[in-house]
Amino acid sequence: MTALLSVRDLRVGFGARPEENTVVHGVSFDLAPGETLAIVGESGSGKSVTAMSLNRLVDFGGGSVLGGRIDFADADGTVTDLAQADEHVLERVRGRQIGMIFQEAMTSLNPVLSIGAQIEEIFRLQHGLGRAAAKEAARAALERVRIPDAERRLSYAPHQLSGGMQQRVMIAIALASNPRLLIADEPTTALDVTIQAQIMGLLSQMKQETGTGLIFITHDIGLVAGFADRIMVMQNGEVVEQGDLDLVLDRPQHPYTRHLLEAVPHFSDGKSARSDHATGPAAVKPRALTVEDLTVRFPVKSGPLRRRSGNVHAVEGVSFDLFKGETLGIVGESGSGKSTTARAILELVRPTRGRISAGRTVDGETTKPVQMVFQNPNASLNPRLTVGQLLAEPLIAIGHKVDRLARDRMAALIDRVGLPNDALARYPHEFSGGQRQRLCIARALVLNPSILVLDEAVSALDVSVQARVLDLLMDLQHEFALSYLFVSHDMAVVERIAHRIAVIYAGSIVEIGKTAEVLAAPKHSYTKQLISAVPSIHRRRHAFSVDTRSVPSLIRPLDWEPDPAPWVRLNEHHMYRQEA
Amino acid sequence: MINVLWDIARHPSGRVGLTIVTVFVIAALVAELGLTPYDPLEQDRIARLQGPSGVHLFGTDLFGRDVLSRLMIGVSQSFTVSFLSVGAATLAGTVLGLTAAWYGGLWDGIVMRCMDVFLAFPAILLALLIIAVVGPGGWTSILAIAIVYTPIFTRVVRGPALSLKQRDFVDAARTFGSSRGYILTRHLALNIVAPLSVQITLALAWALVTEAGLSFLGLGTQPPHASLGLMLADARNLMELAPWLLLVPAIALMFAVLGFNLLGDALRDILDPKTRKALA
Repeated sequence: MTALLSVRDLRVGFGARPEENTVVHGVSFDLAPGETLAIVGESGSGKSVTAMSLNRLVDFGGGSVLGGRIDFADADGTVTDLAQADEHVLERVRGRQIGMIFQEAMTSLNPVLSIGAQIEEIFRLQHGLGRAAAKEAARAALERVRIPDAERRLSYAPHQLSGGMQQRVMIAIALASNPRLLIADEPTTALDVTIQAQIMGLLSQMKQETGTGLIFITHDIGLVAGFADRIMVMQNGEVVEQGDLDLVLDRPQHPYTRHLLEAVPHFSDGKSARSDHATGPAAVKPRALTVEDLTVRFPVKSGPLRRRSGNVHAVEGVSFDLFKGETLGIVGESGSGKSTTARAILELVRPTRGRISAGRTVDGETTKPVQMVFQNPNASLNPRLTVGQLLAEPLIAIGHKVDRLARDRMAALIDRVGLPNDALARYPHEFSGGQRQRLCIARALVLNPSILVLDEAVSALDVSVQARVLDLLMDLQHEFALSYLFVSHDMAVVERIAHRIAVIYAGSIVEIGKTAEVLAAPKHSYTKQLISAVPSIHRRRHAFSVDTRSVPSLIRPLDWEPDPAPWVRLNEHHMYRQEA
Repeated sequence: MINVLWDIARHPSGRVGLTIVTVFVIAALVAELGLTPYDPLEQDRIARLQGPSGVHLFGTDLFGRDVLSRLMIGVSQSFTVSFLSVGAATLAGTVLGLTAAWYGGLWDGIVMRCMDVFLAFPAILLALLIIAVVGPGGWTSILAIAIVYTPIFTRVVRGPALSLKQRDFVDAARTFGSSRGYILTRHLALNIVAPLSVQITLALAWALVTEAGLSFLGLGTQPPHASLGLMLADARNLMELAPWLLLVPAIALMFAVLGFNLLGDALRDILDPKTRKALA
């Protein structure tokens, strides 16, 4: 079979003098029909620019193709060199022959038109269908991407759909014109793992059904392991390695590929869980934090008088113990209530009900035993204050003087988290993302707390930086006998750092236990679904299932009280909610 | 601060604005030190309505007073009024805007609706109203202009404060137990300095015009003292006989307003991270 797409020595530059500002230096690859090529690289590697050059969308972003060939085979076998094609030819190719899916579905959909109108438009324009036929085709397209109740959803505006649904609509639009090639640029980066698995499953089913060639761009090498036929690794605008999936993953030749594979925490069903924490009987272990029946509800107001008509049950009856010196991972999807739980412990939101008691530190000096590290270090450091002023703030807050002793402690902490000595006089923007998160950790430690709440603390960092910050956190835990409450959606990271895991779903904990036990033998159906959705280099050609079950609405009438399912206890630590 | 001055000096229109404003400020300071060429109040019956010459650079007025000296002391008077009134408006607007954004609810509603009422009046009309109540004079015009421009500062501060309030570093400060005052000053106010400083420069230009208007109507600076508006009012009837009496303060006012506007535009470019890159 001839290649669908054959790229030779592609070079792309930007700006007024593109020769001097080249970002893609001679990329070559082939793609057969029905094949999936994954382009992997960190930000700035030129992977998106390469993909955008294929349908020459790069022209609109100020770029230009400087040389090379992009031979694209039409359905009737004629081959066009897209690198030389004029705008007239390209307009026929874009959308019809080469479809594209972007990371942010919401920005690619027109917010004022119903999704039905947006899909129908393609059928009317490209296939010349009449109004009724186009509507029927649009409904079929939505059903093809497994959107339940497609008929009714046609009249929905984009904002009425969840992120995963929006991405599915984007796929439906991209597939509406039966393209021969589909380019997906990080289509799942902004989505939860279970939604990501659904999108991945959908894409591979579509590929099988239509024989579309697929180019999948991602920074996550684990994600493509379950999915791609071939992998191309890019760094600084050059292809450093390409080949069959197994060959690249098992016998990487280039040092950069090896670095990508080693630096990232890979999910391994609990096999790489920590075992450094003493596992004595729970009854006698000292507790750092006890949370009992924590419930947070936000009022829903409606009507002209803004009367309270119901509640959002963000967190419902959450109870757990955090033992001294251990890490409890709280995992769940966005909107599951994991961040609200963390914020309630920090008194940033007022709980409707429940008790939170944190033990005092050993020397009894600190009045704030719980401190927090936020997800985004850029947002959690005031850009107008120096590092010294930032670190002094917690001390000032509890009425301490910033004297020699305090300054010495600040300098020692800066040194301990691995920042240069002159950091105190500098501003946050002078540091990289990883260094800023180290700053946030240092600031959280200034008051000598016994508990750190880490809310997605490494999620905003580049993968290789992530691993180093995790190592730092584990070292600090031993050194200062800290207890961590580690809130994250990233199962691989949680597996690496947590001693125990609590899985939270729709505001309640559905399963809790030792990391190795929960990940290796999940009992609750949601935990199973969550774990099976996690991509990993150990899961080759994984059949991601398409599950159309949606999360139950958390909005309830005013007097609604939940009837929690009873716990099933497997052993001292591992228990889960019984399911109907 | 030094950095910002350096950036303004490198900005093409900022350089012009900074030069103009500096010249006016120096002239005003010299006048305040009593170093004008002549006494601005001293009348010389013999040398009435003389045109510009080597002896009197900008000529003399109806009472034989030196126009250059009167202009210098007039600029000093106008600048003092606008600096003090804009300073007061900035302070009041910042406090009102910050507290409205922070506390929200009823206080926010009361403050912002009051500001809407003030904004509904044309600036000069509102100032006239205030002066009609309090009575004319230098301090009254400062008060009137300050009240007129307070709503603008309240709005300029409240907007960014509302979004800053949601930022993670404010949440972080709350987890340390930082006091309200600390959060409002260090985390909110400090981050509003940039938009505020642009607004201050532009408001200085408007305040100069408002002050001139009030003095022109006889409600600001009182004779025999000099201010730009008062000089314009005195020159009105002698326009054909002694045009320099009108031209000199009018051109001075125009340049002063132009200077502050250019400075404001330059500050906006410099403090906006998006255009900052393009300038570098």
